[in-house]
Amino acid sequence: MIAEPTFFDVNLAIDIVLLVMLLVVAGAIVRTRSLLTAIILFGIYSLVSAVWLVVMDAPDVAFTEAVVGAGISTIVLLGAILLTRGEAERGDWRRLIAPALVCVTVGGVLIYAATGLPALGDASSPVNAYVGRAYLEAAPNDIGVPNTVTAVLASYRGFDTFGEVVVIFAAGVGVALMLGFGPRASLAPPPQVMGDHHVVLRVAAKLLIPLIALYALYVQFHGDLGAGGGFQAGVIMAAAVILHALVFGLRETMAAVTPKVARSVASLGVLLYAGVGVVCMMNGGLFLDYDYLFPPHIEKEIPGWLLGGPESAHHWGQHFGIMLIELGVLLTVAATMVTIFYGFAGRSVDDAQREAKR
Amino acid sequence: MTFFLSHFNYFAVAVLMMAGLFIVFSSGNLIKRTIGLAIFQTATGLFYISLGKVTGGTAPIVVEPGSAEARELASRLDPAYLAQHGVDGVVYSNPLPSVLILTAIVVGVATLAVGLAIAVRIREAYGSVEADEIEVLSRVESTQPGPRA
Repeated sequence: MIAEPTFFDVNLAIDIVLLVMLLVVAGAIVRTRSLLTAIILFGIYSLVSAVWLVVMDAPDVAFTEAVVGAGISTIVLLGAILLTRGEAERGDWRRLIAPALVCVTVGGVLIYAATGLPALGDASSPVNAYVGRAYLEAAPNDIGVPNTVTAVLASYRGFDTFGEVVVIFAAGVGVALMLGFGPRASLAPPPQVMGDHHVVLRVAAKLLIPLIALYALYVQFHGDLGAGGGFQAGVIMAAAVILHALVFGLRETMAAVTPKVARSVASLGVLLYAGVGVVCMMNGGLFLDYDYLFPPHIEKEIPGWLLGGPESAHHWGQHFGIMLIELGVLLTVAATMVTIFYGFAGRSVDDAQREAKR
Repeated sequence: MTFFLSHFNYFAVAVLMMAGLFIVFSSGNLIKRTIGLAIFQTATGLFYISLGKVTGGTAPIVVEPGSAEARELASRLDPAYLAQHGVDGVVYSNPLPSVLILTAIVVGVATLAVGLAIAVRIREAYGSVEADEIEVLSRVESTQPGPRA
């Protein structure tokens, strides 16, 4: 009989406390009619779930959830209510009966089904015992990067990730087509700040923006070794640009990172990702098979000390391939998020009203 | 009680999903509906990650076998459990759900932005983001002759 680790430990206690917090916040979102409140609560919801994800041993996902959920989606949602209206209509309570019945029924079925699932943390459940474990065993040998999440994301399932990058790019194009690439008319000149009570904010932002950008690069290039990667880094990079726009005004930011640059970079990222795949094909491998990234006669020339000794030689293709496609992900994600932000922020309320009158 | 605690994650996920679904069904406001969809989506992510958790495991970032860190992690677990479920002497949580959900979150925010952009354009066309009002307005409009500029 194998002694399982004690089931009820501090991890499970934290897990349950955080889930209860999520339930409370979700309940508050259901109840509130103020959209601003709902959005702020949704930011809190994302942040709490990010903490929960760390407890669940998924730091990569926690990272993404914290930046995306609490950062970018809050900003996009705020941009949207600025252009629409801040309050939802009060519905007639009788009209809530049918949805409530449907939700209670479906929820009951789901809970009934959940009782048949393996217990939380079961190491011998089908999910954990076979495919997940197989990746963990094979990755150090096949790919040679310590972070198995990155290995699976960028190499084993590189084609999936390529599809996801294209979806993000397509979403950016969609938003840009619907809302424009930023202000169509020239923006009103920035109001002359009297007394300048934002000076602390601006000085702090000036210090923070380069640090945030640097941190994004750290997350990017550290993604092989620890939690991180192109998706997280891209969103952090976009956050730096958005912070600049929030503090110094959209006009200043658009002079620094023009919408044209943003959309060119977004397409460049997709091209880089696809290009790596095509190079692998040209060298005789399959699409995105990084083992064929370097032709054999070049691979022989790479000095052994370059990447941790000769025994890692057969991982060079994988290392460089992952680095390049993660760079493509960074470029596309960052530029797409900036394009989406420009779309929402650049469409002024006047614009919206003019269009409504037309 | 142990059964309830060990399945609490799934129950909580089911309730969160239904909270999201209820917002989508009950609220006529398009922005609120997208928030509901986002909650539903996050709950799906929580479900996947719950399934991939391994008791006594650590994040799926490979620790060098035999290093001090690996020994420290191993010392907390029963050797037999370690031998059965560990990879090179360390028990890791499942990396696969992380991979799936990580990309899904970023795709989720991109699609959320598309949904909100549509809501903004609807507001510009009809002056409202309430589904009921839009329905009334579009009915009025369809009875009027001639295309809208």
